[in-house]
Amino acid sequence: MLKNLCQKMFGRSLWVYHANSGGCNGCDIEVLNVLTPYYDVERFGIKLVGSPRHADVMLCQGPALRATARSLKNAYDAMPAPKLVFAIGGCACGGGIWHDTYAVLGPVEKVIPVNFYIPGCPPRPEAIIYGVAVAVGLVDKKVAPVTFKQLEMPIPRYHPGDLAGRDEMVVYEKVDKI
Amino acid sequence: MLMFSKFKEAMIGLKTGRVTLDYPAKPRPVAENFRGRPIFDATKCIGCAGCANNCPAREILVLDVCQEIRILQYLGRRCTYCGRCADVCPEKAITMSLEFETATNKIGDLQQRLDLFMSTCQRCGRCFKETSPLEKLKLKGYRFDDLANERWIFRSRSYLEGEPVADDIKIQMD
Repeated sequence: MLKNLCQKMFGRSLWVYHANSGGCNGCDIEVLNVLTPYYDVERFGIKLVGSPRHADVMLCQGPALRATARSLKNAYDAMPAPKLVFAIGGCACGGGIWHDTYAVLGPVEKVIPVNFYIPGCPPRPEAIIYGVAVAVGLVDKKVAPVTFKQLEMPIPRYHPGDLAGRDEMVVYEKVDKI
Repeated sequence: MLMFSKFKEAMIGLKTGRVTLDYPAKPRPVAENFRGRPIFDATKCIGCAGCANNCPAREILVLDVCQEIRILQYLGRRCTYCGRCADVCPEKAITMSLEFETATNKIGDLQQRLDLFMSTCQRCGRCFKETSPLEKLKLKGYRFDDLANERWIFRSRSYLEGEPVADDIKIQMD
């Protein structure tokens, strides 16, 4: 449903605003890498704009810090109404390595609502293009949560039933596995 | 002279040809030493929690439900793909895959949860001791991480219940 809405609203082109709220500039370099002729995203109509008032999409890099959270919120409020937020990188998705330090509030979703997540530290330029392509509906997402239940032990247990008589000796059959 | 330099520029452009990749239509292979998303193999995992104790982003949570069942949860949201978990795993149950196309609209899609059956001694019913001194170093005893709030709980009980410590955002915003 979100995908249909995206296609309807952002069918022609996405103008992105690039907001760094305290990242290490790794993701910034990758985002600017996406805009080079090599990974030309202007063929999808994506264009970097300088002001959040012109933008449809906000690309967030870096965690929400105590010092920058209010500015991030103000930039989000300044964007016109159909708006998307992309969290790029491990910091924006989950708070980064320093997620529990005093200056870091956590992921940007604590401050503003996030629509799409592109994890990675930093994500490859292809991963960012893939995230945008997922958002505009060109490709489907590939990840799904995995739950696994272990029903038996990975290591064989000693059990008297595996004892076997062999040439007047009692030998444990699975001795090489233990 | 100016015309000549423009002509030279055009020649360089023609010589280079088209460099733009046709990426989302065609797959693009990764480099040889690329580390992507770690994949947990539950059939090999013995639940030593070495990966959880060595994770720099502290995003592998361990919850001991009882003596014999341990839940190991990889969140995947702030993973830096450093590969340390794959290095310390004694059973090689974690492999760094080549997946990088992990963009999603729900952050819960990235998590992997393993319900592990912990092997116990048949005589006393307690867990086996770690065999090597390296594994003893990493052992931090039973762990009761907060899976609902996705928080790693330190052994020194420096974890505060309920709201996180630095949650003065509301005061700042208003």
